[in-house]
Amino acid sequence: MAMLELIGLRKNFGTTEVLRQIDLSLASGEMLVIVGASGCGKSTLLRIVAGLETPSAGRILLEERDITSVDPSARDIAMVFQNYALYPHMTVFENMAYGLRIRGLSREDIAHRVDETAALLGLSEFLGRKPRQLSGGQRQRVAMGRAIVREPRLFLFDEPLSNLDATLRVRTRAEIRRLQRRLGVTSLYVTHDQVEAMTLGDRLLVLHQGRPAQLATPMEVFEHPADTYVAGFIGAPAMNFLPATLIEAGTAAKLEAGPLVHFIDGKRDGSDGKTLTIGVRPEHIRIDPEGVPLRIDLIEPLGSETLIHGRLAAPGETPLVIRLAGKAPEGDILTVAFPPEQMHVFDAATGRRLP
Amino acid sequence: MERRTIFGHRLLPVALVAPQFLLTLVFFLWPACEAVWTSLTRQDPFGLHSQFAGFDNFVELFTDSLYRDSIGRTVFFMIAVSALSMSSALLLAVFADREIRGRMTYRTLLIWPYAIAPAMAAVLWILLLQPRIGLIGVLLNRHGVSWDYHLNDRQAMLVVVLACAWKQVSYNFIFFLAGLQSVPRSVLEAARMDGARGWHRFRTITFPLLAPTTFFLIVVNLVYAAFDTFGTIQALTQGGPGKATETLMVKVYRDGVVNLDIGSSSAQSVVLMIGVIALTALQFRFLGRGGRRESAA
Amino acid sequence: MNPRRDPVTHVVLLFGAVLFVAPLWLALVGSTQDPAAIARGDLSLLPGHEGFSAYARVLAGPVPRMLLISLGMALAIAIGKIVISVLSAYAVVFFRFPGRKLAFWLIFITLMLPVEVRIIPTYSVMAGLGLINTFTGLWLPLIASATATLLFRQVFVAIPDELVEAARMDGAGPLRFLWDVVLPVSAANIAALFVILFIYGWNQYLWPLLVATNPKLDTIVIGIVKMVAVETETDWSAVMATAILALLPPVVVVLLMQRWFVAGLTESEK
Repeated sequence: MAMLELIGLRKNFGTTEVLRQIDLSLASGEMLVIVGASGCGKSTLLRIVAGLETPSAGRILLEERDITSVDPSARDIAMVFQNYALYPHMTVFENMAYGLRIRGLSREDIAHRVDETAALLGLSEFLGRKPRQLSGGQRQRVAMGRAIVREPRLFLFDEPLSNLDATLRVRTRAEIRRLQRRLGVTSLYVTHDQVEAMTLGDRLLVLHQGRPAQLATPMEVFEHPADTYVAGFIGAPAMNFLPATLIEAGTAAKLEAGPLVHFIDGKRDGSDGKTLTIGVRPEHIRIDPEGVPLRIDLIEPLGSETLIHGRLAAPGETPLVIRLAGKAPEGDILTVAFPPEQMHVFDAATGRRLP
Repeated sequence: MERRTIFGHRLLPVALVAPQFLLTLVFFLWPACEAVWTSLTRQDPFGLHSQFAGFDNFVELFTDSLYRDSIGRTVFFMIAVSALSMSSALLLAVFADREIRGRMTYRTLLIWPYAIAPAMAAVLWILLLQPRIGLIGVLLNRHGVSWDYHLNDRQAMLVVVLACAWKQVSYNFIFFLAGLQSVPRSVLEAARMDGARGWHRFRTITFPLLAPTTFFLIVVNLVYAAFDTFGTIQALTQGGPGKATETLMVKVYRDGVVNLDIGSSSAQSVVLMIGVIALTALQFRFLGRGGRRESAA
Repeated sequence: MNPRRDPVTHVVLLFGAVLFVAPLWLALVGSTQDPAAIARGDLSLLPGHEGFSAYARVLAGPVPRMLLISLGMALAIAIGKIVISVLSAYAVVFFRFPGRKLAFWLIFITLMLPVEVRIIPTYSVMAGLGLINTFTGLWLPLIASATATLLFRQVFVAIPDELVEAARMDGAGPLRFLWDVVLPVSAANIAALFVILFIYGWNQYLWPLLVATNPKLDTIVIGIVKMVAVETETDWSAVMATAILALLPPVVVVLLMQRWFVAGLTESEK
């Protein structure tokens, strides 16, 4: 049964379309990550589900109950905010208890639930402290605790890790995932960080300019990006794009940089001469004495691997980033080749993937 | 700045502003309109009939040499009080900002007079300067200086200016000190590296950075000197001797409350209102930027 | 040179301190001296031999009532202004309602028209409402406050949107949010403003002079000005004792809450 369903959601601010036609269905216990650049509408989508914003069109169903016009507090949804939004004058205990108190739970029930949640999050010894006496990571956990203690049907996460430093972020990321699995609460998680998106989501929704660009599992999105936007957005460093033309009755591409590559996964639709964009991830480019020459601009050694930035010497001077295991090779020029089995083929006109 | 999140209610906010709204309407807007209206009418001596008189009251007011004298006197008084009070406060603030032993005590001793009512300031100054009982007043007279601000115009003005400026020093001190403390240390250190020292550093670095505070205080002090000094003047000289210390504010009170010349008093009120509005507008015009920068510091 | 021993600084500050403490000292020692001696011009800088007899004299008269009137007026003005300003600032910041801009401008107007410039017309309005010579008349018209409203607006605008949203998700309505979150969060500002407004109320002179001609409604400030108005046959040690009593409450309030009040003052006036 679908836990959460979004049907034809749209949102306009004045004449600006922030969200155009979002349809989404979350299974019970699923963690869906909404990812996109800032301004893509992901936060608006989350806030609409929370009830903090009303959609211009469309419906929201939570366990088949239409909650589109229900007050946020009556939706049985909890939210973890980007800056945590802890009540600064209340202790950790009071912060977690506030929502329960308003709901009219008994003193004992509140104490019981808060204690239990605090134990789960390792916050038991901090219950008497005020938010300003806590570290960033602890505050983050209080924000989670405030959501968990309500035992909601749905969790909303609004970039909850963006205020943490890098180390803590990695640790908390894993913690969130474990917790979410253990509690089995259906979750909607918004982030602009593609690593977070890849590691946390059962499925990803990539939003681009208010439209769903792709909805799939993280590996599916990584291996078969639906268009050049998704391809460029997911994966770091970003995928390289090379202009090319379809030739030989749709079975090969002629790169502007020179080489001709035969598709190994079958023929593409379209007439010969159609312009293509060929995507190759930096880690898939090989050094090959027979390949195309690349002028190196910059070498970034990362220890176990090396990033090489350069431009193809061929016409078009396409910029290219290569990720090599180990050290950088000597010299200013490299010759590189593009393995056919690791190529993504897109229609240059529409940006859509050509299957 | 607008909030993103608001509450959806419609009637509640109206109920919340209603008290403030009603008070403003009844005690501010209505009287202000009435003042404007009365200033444009002429009343018979018994206040029974009034008729529209256009700007007659104003023409009369400004052709009255007593009123023009009062304007000149008020302007002089405002400038004297503001200049004296602000310069002493700035001097004290600069020294109190230094790293010295007991500076918190000094600060407290300079801040507490904020609590003194303008009329109370007059009482304290009477103890110093009153010619027959005041500590200094008696001394002056015993040593051959003929001192009596109840008789001598200039002495009266001096006493009133001193008392009014004195009362306002702590307010200015608080703001100047806050302004000085918000001057970034790094800027002063950079100036020191550049070789700017002492007075030169104050004149070229600190004082320009205090400009928003200074400007704000100029406006506040002028308004203070024009209006809030009423109690001080009333308690010290009641505007006398003659009209030697009669500022516009004292005159409005005398003409309206004591002499019951409603038409003229209303016209004077309107002139004062225009003055306050002009000063306030000036303050917002110039402080929109400067003031905000300061509060962010 | 060790700045902590900078003699020039100490001299300037000491001079300043003396300038502000001397009159108070004079009032204090004067209140313990023989009034007849003071009247002869023999005010001494040292405490006299009358002890607190002047205070006893003063407290047997109308001074306690005056202090009470002043206290009531100062409290009513401070609390009234805070309540009214909090409510209207809350409405302006957290709601959209018809006339919101208008309300805001009206509040601005109050800033532009202090009591002083509209004494005569306000008096006639007060007379029409039957508020002349009433205690209500002393404070009610003074509690509309633009400065306080603007200050609270500034404080409320700085409350993060997420906090409001968290409260909404927790199920708090607007009044509950005001009480549970906004007021506690603004406690320091409220305290600072209380000091400023208490002193403002305590120090009123022109307004009570105007609306309360009944001596039973004299505030302490009015009372003391009346005492010195007749400079012959004045009981000077009584004047000084009254001055000390009149200064005590506001000075104590300022000293006790100095830190908050200084921060609040420099913020609110911007």
